[in-house]
Amino acid sequence: MTTTKTIEYISPTRRRAMGIIFLVLGILLWLIFARGLDGEAVTTFGLIPGGSGQELPDWVFNSLNMLNILSVMSIALGGYQLARGFGKRTNLMLGIVAMMFIFGFLSWATSGGTLNLAGLLRSALVKAVPLTLGALSGVLCERSGVVNIAIEGMMLTGAFVGAFVGSVTNIWIGLIAAVLSGGLLAWILALLSIKYKTDQIIAGTVINIFATGITSFLSAKFLQKYQYLNDPGRFPTFEAPVLSKIPFIGPIMFQHNMFVYALYFFLIALTIGLYYTRWGLRTRSVGEHPKAADTLGINVFRTRYLSVIFGGFMAGFGGAYFTLGSVGRFDEVMTAGRGFIGLAAMIFGNWNPFGSFGAGLLFGFFDALSAKVAILKVPIPSEIMLMFPYIATMVALAGVVGRGQMPAADGQPYEKE
Amino acid sequence: MSNKENEQPQKKDAGKIFLEELSKSPLTVTILAILTGLLLGGLLVAITTEDVYATIGSSPWEAIKIGANAAWKTYQALFTGSVGNPAKIVAAFQSGEAEAIRRAVNPFFESLVASTPYIFAGLAVALGFRVGLFNIGAEGQLFIGATTTVMAAIFIKGLPAIIHVPLSLLAGFVGGGLWGFIPGWLKAKTGGHEVINTIMMNYIAFRLSEFLLRGPLKDPNGYTPVSADIEDSAKLFRFFENPIRFHIGFFVALLFAYLVYWLLFKTTWGFALRTVGSNPRAAKYAGMSIVKSTVLAMFLSGGLAGLAGANEVLGVNHNLAVAFSSGYGFDAIALALLGKSHPFGVVLAAIMFGFLRNGAIQMQLTAGIPIDIISVLQAAILAFIAAPAIIRTMYRLKEPDMDLDAVTLRGWGGN
Repeated sequence: MTTTKTIEYISPTRRRAMGIIFLVLGILLWLIFARGLDGEAVTTFGLIPGGSGQELPDWVFNSLNMLNILSVMSIALGGYQLARGFGKRTNLMLGIVAMMFIFGFLSWATSGGTLNLAGLLRSALVKAVPLTLGALSGVLCERSGVVNIAIEGMMLTGAFVGAFVGSVTNIWIGLIAAVLSGGLLAWILALLSIKYKTDQIIAGTVINIFATGITSFLSAKFLQKYQYLNDPGRFPTFEAPVLSKIPFIGPIMFQHNMFVYALYFFLIALTIGLYYTRWGLRTRSVGEHPKAADTLGINVFRTRYLSVIFGGFMAGFGGAYFTLGSVGRFDEVMTAGRGFIGLAAMIFGNWNPFGSFGAGLLFGFFDALSAKVAILKVPIPSEIMLMFPYIATMVALAGVVGRGQMPAADGQPYEKE
Repeated sequence: MSNKENEQPQKKDAGKIFLEELSKSPLTVTILAILTGLLLGGLLVAITTEDVYATIGSSPWEAIKIGANAAWKTYQALFTGSVGNPAKIVAAFQSGEAEAIRRAVNPFFESLVASTPYIFAGLAVALGFRVGLFNIGAEGQLFIGATTTVMAAIFIKGLPAIIHVPLSLLAGFVGGGLWGFIPGWLKAKTGGHEVINTIMMNYIAFRLSEFLLRGPLKDPNGYTPVSADIEDSAKLFRFFENPIRFHIGFFVALLFAYLVYWLLFKTTWGFALRTVGSNPRAAKYAGMSIVKSTVLAMFLSGGLAGLAGANEVLGVNHNLAVAFSSGYGFDAIALALLGKSHPFGVVLAAIMFGFLRNGAIQMQLTAGIPIDIISVLQAAILAFIAAPAIIRTMYRLKEPDMDLDAVTLRGWGGN
């Protein structure tokens, strides 16, 4: 991050726009939520997710006071942003104000009732896992300049192969096969888009159609008929030593199965790899300016092939999560568009690993929340809640939150002269 | 070099020249792509037949025969499912019973019914391609078009059919058009890429129609998320009695194919659209507005996709259910490429896909082959069309003098 950009210029227009957004959110907090509240009502948040060994008392507070504090804080931040501006930290502040808004919303919705906050966050994290793995696949491909809209297809194939091979052999071999199957499709994507210079979006569409067809075909033909071919089992949940004992955070973040820990590992490894190693610099330079990279002796084609295939491995791994980590069986079209939300998370996260994770968490949070609106008696239908990730991505893409740092040569085939 | 060639005048005979031209022609690639795709589909059927593995140990030759037989049976079922059983048709005509005849020829008409939304959706994507835009959101536009259509067809009452039907179609066109307009406008004004935005709009559309069907649009007398039946005056005219569902929508689709052709190739607007698609820089210097063309193209493209949804509602289903479309919008991408983004090519490709789709339903019933094999076929055909070099290498065809049919899309970054 620091290597690509050192100076970040924030235009006065954007500074003011941001200030107004902060102000509006603060005023809305007061106008929509705080005003109608009874001064005596209390909000109760549960702080331990179900099934964990920890013990923490519930967090009880006066709803109206909390909303007033949040509202004043947002308005104060907005005032400062308008007067002086947060400069480089503007996006961070936007994140904080958004979080305060969501927290205010939850406090208001729970007012007079109880909500298991820790359970909600845990479920958001779980739902973020496949989204983020998909997004990381996109990061790997697109940083090298190949657009991958086939994440969905690769994940679906990974899910199928993981379930099938996992049932026939054992779960670990199933996982490896799933990863390899993602890589195989990625190799086809690479072949079509690098060697045959097919439009990368069309190549991705081909793979998506193919993956949907072949997995549904084979599933209908074999897995539904012979149930023992679709019973791979699941990876067990285990507690990370020490870390899982941290109050509140421990049960949310460190009592999961292997996939979640692998996600943490990939996030760190990819960030270091992309920004602090020679491989990362080369990959990014191929994505930004292939001709310059070629002039300096970097093999553009090989770099792209490798990145795309690694991206495929990642998507295959993310796909295996559905069958081996979550459900324990393959259902037709079970990824249900999560590969595309992963793509959205990558864009929202500005083509970088931790940004993608943040976006994945946000999207996962809304997914988790939509399951709870019925309990919370919120007057927003769950379908509308589920639209949020898509609308947020479109807003982000339109440059409202600042123009994203898309790799400059993303999607363009390279021709050696 | 050139001197030498001049010294030896070419002595090719007509047959050879014909073969060479044939080998260069893009049509050859298209036909070979379809045939190769069908061949691969047959192969897939053969290698997933269980009896093949039971016999392969004792007699490999027998196993191959069983596999080939399974593939043959599959395509036979596909044929009778999409065109009809010739023996049955002959027998029905000999018997002279009206109902028996209708039943016998129904598969053929049913295939045309399946082709109709394909024509609209394929035209939508093709129109986008011509302007250098990838409208991957035809599916969402189709849903919104169907939703607005069903609103117009249920809530407006007491109109004569001659007004109600066009009005409902218009509602679908505008609804889908709006759903295309938004990403078009975002692309033109902010540079946000239409591929991502249309994908996002797809999911917003699914959720929105789901929400409407569980809420305001739900049939008040029903329990499932299905809308009430549309007014009789909004139904598209059907030519025959039951069970043939063939309706006038097919001809409306053909009319629109001609209109798109006329717009693209016979009007100044169309010229501007195509120039923006093939060379935006030249278009800009010539004073054509890229913003206007992009927005207009996406609106029209969305509108055509919306008509596909309207057609399904008014002509076939007569109501709207959750997830009623099952992928017409995505198949449309394959169609547009197969038809070389030309309206008439799209019509041919759409009719082929309609026959495939309808045949596949029968094939699933009689031969026990899952319908999803069609997607595999489509993916293979699409791959070969998109990367003609594969087919050219496979069959040792000559390179064409100029690659006219490569799809050119504007950059990911939104230039």
